[in-house]
Amino acid sequence: MEGIPIAELYIFLLAAFLGYQLISRVPPLLHTPLMSATNAISGISLVGSIVVAGANYSTLSNVLGFLAVTCSTINVVGGFLITDRILKMFKK
Amino acid sequence: MSILQFFYLLSAALFILGIRGLSSPETARRGMNLASLGMLVAVVGTLFHHEIVNYYWIIGGLILGTAIGIPLSMIPMTAVPQRTALSHAGGALAACLIGISEYYRHGVQLGTTHMAIIGVEVMLGALTTTGSLMAAAKLQGLLPGRPITYRFQNVSNISLLAALAGLVVYLTLHPGDIRMFYLLLGGSFLFGILLLIPIGAADMPCVITLLNSYAGLTDAAMGFMLANRIQIITGSLDGSSGFILSVLMSRAMNRNFINILFGAFGKVEESSVEVLEVKKKSVKSLKVEEVSKFLNEARSVIIVPGYGMAAAQAQHAVRDVADKLKTRGAKVRYAIHPVAGRMPGHMNVLLAEANVPYTELIDMEEINPEFSQADVALVVGANDVTNPAARHVKSSPIYGMPILDVDKAKKVVVLKRSMAPGFAGIDNELYVLEHTWMLFGDAKDSLTQLAGTLQNGT
Repeated sequence: MEGIPIAELYIFLLAAFLGYQLISRVPPLLHTPLMSATNAISGISLVGSIVVAGANYSTLSNVLGFLAVTCSTINVVGGFLITDRILKMFKK
Repeated sequence: MSILQFFYLLSAALFILGIRGLSSPETARRGMNLASLGMLVAVVGTLFHHEIVNYYWIIGGLILGTAIGIPLSMIPMTAVPQRTALSHAGGALAACLIGISEYYRHGVQLGTTHMAIIGVEVMLGALTTTGSLMAAAKLQGLLPGRPITYRFQNVSNISLLAALAGLVVYLTLHPGDIRMFYLLLGGSFLFGILLLIPIGAADMPCVITLLNSYAGLTDAAMGFMLANRIQIITGSLDGSSGFILSVLMSRAMNRNFINILFGAFGKVEESSVEVLEVKKKSVKSLKVEEVSKFLNEARSVIIVPGYGMAAAQAQHAVRDVADKLKTRGAKVRYAIHPVAGRMPGHMNVLLAEANVPYTELIDMEEINPEFSQADVALVVGANDVTNPAARHVKSSPIYGMPILDVDKAKKVVVLKRSMAPGFAGIDNELYVLEHTWMLFGDAKDSLTQLAGTLQNGT
């Protein structure tokens, strides 16, 4: 069983349970902004993409990293902006 | 341990607080501000990562992504489902590309565990990418929204999936076999397309949430590959969010995952007895003036929006009618079925856009007991979610599905373009009830006229 990232598996498991608790509290009213919010947050793949794009492993990895940075940035920027736009509309 | 890890720890906390904020509309915006701060912290911290030696590609990507991301956030609210599907594709593609890059970098030297992670990441990422693109195209109307089925569809899809899983296993034993890696990549892209072909537009609430979950899992797999814990946390949160929503949606649609993914809903036997019975009875049609007479007398009105409202862009006209009724002292509320529309919460967003206060948007469980006291239920473009057949017709494909108890209102007025059946392909018993009347025509036109006549009323 060498090389199994056990600490990471614990993190994954605990975050999944935490996610269950957090998401269960979100009212159906906000399910659309919830989806755009989790999209924006999962744009955190940006950090991994940045490292690959900026480390000169090879030209191919630069290009793939560049494309990944672009995709993730679209999700981060677009995701947070549209979530805020939607949430702004919810008034009493 | 580098300072960067503290940055990530801080952003993890901010992300969790951010989602926590979404538990109420009052705290939601503040929560999302915290989450975006978390993102900023993580990204700025990463720019100082010790492995980064050149910034051209990074800056280029950040600028291009921002240039595309901003206009994508300014789309009309009716297009939010498509945008959401596209963002799943984008997230999954990013993870997939990084997986490919890592494979090229390490190739033969990859250990079993590492190769397995990359294999899963690339496979999930690729199929989520094409699957989400297909979903977006169907939602946008670029592809036909109806389910497309062919013989041996399920068998061939399941075989392909098994073959892909086999390829991942093979690659963990022979990580250097680059042709097999390509085959896995191409096969996964293909599988994503095939997976979405049999899925109809009205099944999207279930499917879009499932793809949300896959995109999260892809993200988590990328986190495992890069040993990046913040990404494991967000991927896991996103994955469980999508999964929970998907369970809620399929429950509200009376379906299970297997059924959604492989069942191609909508193929209904035309010859079923109930259908004939509904067709034999005739519906009563009304003119706008007669409907406004009903509404003038009503003290309590429940509006039931469905996808038809979104398709006709009628949310503002709905609110105009509601405003007129309210000036007369009538109580107006909106009954929101969990799967009304094309994604979870779709109706809420459209009505909020039309400045309907969210306190008037009532979920199914809460509004159902209220229908019996309502003078008029006004159905705007909702169909299957109002069909009483779901309660008692055992042979109906929607039997057992939770519905809005619209038929219990004293009077029911249904705004509808034509008598075409709803997505499930069955006729709606509601339309032939004694106390149901139809108002045929474009929902937006009808409502605008209705608002006009109400003004001239009492």
